[in-house]
Amino acid sequence: MTHASRRAVGLALTSLTGLAAFLMVAMLALILLDVIANGASHVTWTFLSQPPSDGMMGGGIFPAIIGTAALTLLMTLAVMPVGVLTAVYLHEYAPPNSRFARWVRVAVVNLAGVPSIVFGLFGLGFFILFVGKGMDRMLGHEELYWAQPGILWASLTLAVLTLPVVIVSTEEALRAVPMDHRTASLALGATQSQTLARVVLPGALPGILTGAVLAISRGAGEVAPILFTGAAYFLPDLPSRLNSQFMHLGYHTYVLATQSPDVEATRPLLYATVLVLLLLTFALNLVAVIIRTRTRRKAAGAH
Amino acid sequence: MEARELTLRYGTKTAISKISLAILERQVTALIGPSGCGKSTFLRTLNRMNDLIPGTNHTGTILLDSMDIYDRSVDVVDLRRRVGMVFQKSNPFPKSIFENVAYGLRVGGMKDKNELNTRVEKSLRGAALWDEVKDRLNESALGLSGGQQQRLCIARAMAVEPEVLLMDEPASALDPIATAKIEELIHELKAQYTIAIVTHNMQQAARVSDRTAFFYMGELVECGPTEQIFTNPREKRTEDYVTGKFG
Repeated sequence: MTHASRRAVGLALTSLTGLAAFLMVAMLALILLDVIANGASHVTWTFLSQPPSDGMMGGGIFPAIIGTAALTLLMTLAVMPVGVLTAVYLHEYAPPNSRFARWVRVAVVNLAGVPSIVFGLFGLGFFILFVGKGMDRMLGHEELYWAQPGILWASLTLAVLTLPVVIVSTEEALRAVPMDHRTASLALGATQSQTLARVVLPGALPGILTGAVLAISRGAGEVAPILFTGAAYFLPDLPSRLNSQFMHLGYHTYVLATQSPDVEATRPLLYATVLVLLLLTFALNLVAVIIRTRTRRKAAGAH
Repeated sequence: MEARELTLRYGTKTAISKISLAILERQVTALIGPSGCGKSTFLRTLNRMNDLIPGTNHTGTILLDSMDIYDRSVDVVDLRRRVGMVFQKSNPFPKSIFENVAYGLRVGGMKDKNELNTRVEKSLRGAALWDEVKDRLNESALGLSGGQQQRLCIARAMAVEPEVLLMDEPASALDPIATAKIEELIHELKAQYTIAIVTHNMQQAARVSDRTAFFYMGELVECGPTEQIFTNPREKRTEDYVTGKFG
């Protein structure tokens, strides 16, 4: 290859990779600019604090914000204990080369790859039709009480969806706790559970919290899993019981985009809703990044 | 503390073979030998830290006050309170200086604040660290220098008042001044403790120990008073090693 052609190939590769990188930034910028330009002026206090009105063409998104928050909170309460305990088992208790642990890890990876709509159907089939119906029969409800879509079932479905995120990040956090600390604790006559509670979990806490925030930001944006399990099309009341249906920012976006009688009139509302949803997810991701950087700095300071 | 015919294998690989060695009370026993000779492995069997490595198995016995430490009735947690350990790399917890020293006491169930304070102070004084840290007990232990961290680890091990203290190359990662402090400390500690120390540094073994055991390829070649091992060893291999012909 001549000198000139080598230079040409080098130049072409540089521009090609640079272009790809630029495209990626441009996409994000385009989405953000479009949403901010068209939505920012509509995100007012009234919009944030009022229920929708006038057949979805007026009012605000207050019930959707509260619904999303309540849903995510319940999901977190469900997913964290199960996820953290699973990771602790896998990393601290399971014997190395344990076949069971290997199967669990395979299951976690596969769970992460299941399309979210499948989780929705699973939630409907398992939580509502199986667990809910069973509970109704056992508790003697004549009418459908638990065997209908509700916030509890929706949050549990989301919890299953976000379980891999929590397990993987918790296991990573446990791996980051130096083996030295465990041996030091054991050599001082601590039991394995004392070591876990006093040394390992405190050391892994920032990583576990990062996992929680990532799970929340993932869960808060998912719509498919809650379609059949509890999200309501329009419901001015806030969810008050575990079997209440609820409004949700993501689902509300879908509804505004596809079900409005007057597309033009709904458009500003749609943009504003999307902006709120995006801000919420970005804010949560930012929290995760901050926690992670702090942990890293702390770990760096330790050496 | 005494090992009798102790053999330990990792899977099928023999790490130490038929070691019979007594760690005499209130004396410092140095374990020397080239890398991979089994001296650290031997040390770690004395408080059963090797239990943590999967696939190890042993034959022979280790006696602590005529009790077999591998006996079924022995609780390994109790054993480790009686036989403490200091590691090669200082490994303080990312907690305050006070909490590091109090750790062993707390996991042992001590709650009384005054008692904890007294014991922490006593241990830190014992490790010759008190004067340097008494004004910052609540600051992170990770802010201490390497030598201070290692003395903190010694204080932490002493706080639970073990009978035997095992030290696995406690000064190998330290500068000469910090090393001298640790050696001085070991000298003082032997008034109260039975100490076994693994070291790569022959001068160190000569300086701090009363007795020296020379390990080679998983076997105990020779054990005797330090002076005799260094000046008049019975075995040719010992002589070659301590005079620096190999190792």
